[in-house]
Amino acid sequence: MKIVVCLKQTLDPEMAPSEFKIDSATKRPVQGNTKLVVDSYAENGLELAVQLRERYGGSITALVVGDKSAEGALRRALALTVDYAVRVWEDSWSDLDAHTVAHILACSVTKIGGADIVLCGRQAADIERGLVGSMLAEELEYACASLVATATVHDNSLQVLREGDTAMIRLECKLPAVLTVTSHETSIPRLPKVKDTMLAMRKPIELLGAADVAVNSDRLAPRVELVDLYIPATGGECELVEGEEPAAQATDLLQRLRERKVI
Amino acid sequence: MLSILTVAVAKDGAINKAGLEALGAASRVRELVCAKISTVVLGADVAEASDQLIASGTGTVFVAEDPQLAEYQAELYLQCVAAAVRQAEATLVLLVADDLGRDLAPRLAHRLDAGSVTEITEMGADNGQLRWVRPVYGGKAHAVLVGRSAVLVNTLRPRTFAPPALQEGQQGAVHRLALALDPATAATRLLEKLQEATVGIRLEDARVIVAGGRGIGGAEGFAELKKLAELLGGTVGASRAAADAGWMPVSVQVGQTGKMVAPDLYVAVGISGASQHLAGISNAKTVVAINNDPDAPIFRRADVGIVVDWRSVLPHLTEQARELVSR
Repeated sequence: MKIVVCLKQTLDPEMAPSEFKIDSATKRPVQGNTKLVVDSYAENGLELAVQLRERYGGSITALVVGDKSAEGALRRALALTVDYAVRVWEDSWSDLDAHTVAHILACSVTKIGGADIVLCGRQAADIERGLVGSMLAEELEYACASLVATATVHDNSLQVLREGDTAMIRLECKLPAVLTVTSHETSIPRLPKVKDTMLAMRKPIELLGAADVAVNSDRLAPRVELVDLYIPATGGECELVEGEEPAAQATDLLQRLRERKVI
Repeated sequence: MLSILTVAVAKDGAINKAGLEALGAASRVRELVCAKISTVVLGADVAEASDQLIASGTGTVFVAEDPQLAEYQAELYLQCVAAAVRQAEATLVLLVADDLGRDLAPRLAHRLDAGSVTEITEMGADNGQLRWVRPVYGGKAHAVLVGRSAVLVNTLRPRTFAPPALQEGQQGAVHRLALALDPATAATRLLEKLQEATVGIRLEDARVIVAGGRGIGGAEGFAELKKLAELLGGTVGASRAAADAGWMPVSVQVGQTGKMVAPDLYVAVGISGASQHLAGISNAKTVVAINNDPDAPIFRRADVGIVVDWRSVLPHLTEQARELVSR
């Protein structure tokens, strides 16, 4: 079983809203003292990759499209004992939209000889587009299942559990496949062992450029452009119910809710 | 003129709510720029659903009716929607980001080489150029995006755009799509739907949600919250901390990694308000916070708050809500 897991580094989504600032020139968040973390859904994908290898054997390649700062995600993956780590980047790349990232990832997967299963997070924890994984399936012409909680191999196909709106859905999915992984009680990321974390620091990360993976430069133009990024008004102050007497507080609260016509 | 195609699903002769929300969003776009609206409706039995779509403001209905379309199947649905895009010469496809839209939209966008803005909550126009607004960074920021491709495939955050009011006497055309659906093209096959353990109102559809967090301290406390929720015609939710602790099932977890909800009233009890939780309630209309920590971030999101130990106030709330309901 040849498994590829696509990773991403994001600003820590748990950062306090008060620390969240936007650079008005670049229209991007200011990193400040906030650390970069492995994207949470990508971590679920990484966990599923490790589980699949435990069950069916084979190898895992962790893949990122990103500059040097993205290597943190690969070190994490290596600490979780993935077999290979690959970073793809050109300094001339900027404002990559979902199509472009999917194209670069697809070229990279092809370059390393294809895969049986490619795992991506269902969406990035920062910009939350939820596009790249499914577009990658289209680029590779692989089968696709989105919002996947778990996967098992049966004969020459997969059985996946997909998170539907009203129910979990069991799907049969052909191979090779791209799965976009959601958080689920079965894919809670494990912690790496200390020894493996140490070893991961010395493992190689392969660096590939546009020419190495044969990216089509015509595909780099963004189809969507970010024209503004702003912090929304929080909608006014919180009205605090005063007083010490709980019964009176309850009365006061219910009165306010009736005035707002929500009860 | 912009040509909008919305996507709807017919089941038992009725249009799904998401299909009507997409039409609501399309009407909103038409207030901003000159546009015509078409809708593709998919299902095994579409029957009178076309009339409902026309009464909801669509000008042309493309009917994709086939027993193989009874349940969502990505490749077959993609084939039908792509066919409708061609017939409608659509330059903007709108669908709701439910489990269908999240699966279909990116793949359709790729096939059409179309840009895609997902989970839109607002829209505007600047000199005739549509601007799409969506929350990012867990709701901490809003991004404004414009399309740079000939076609856009955009998704709408569920429960954000109201279905249009039905209007009698609307005129519209109905075209049946000529389908040659080949089951061999399907790369996935539905085996079964597993019913969730939760019964009653779905969190995403609830008008009122009473949710508890780490401060509730155990499963017993949630039984108290449930009483209040039911009296207010709503249901119970939980923060990730409460779900991780096993006090409530993951299926009722609210937040970025759980359910995204949009109730009229969200009562957060013993929830501190981590940003990933706040991301899940960014579309709640009125938020009430009950927490004994005045510095809890939930108070910055809440409209009304009580700084108090929930144990002291909840019995009174429940009792008084019961009196209100019985009146």
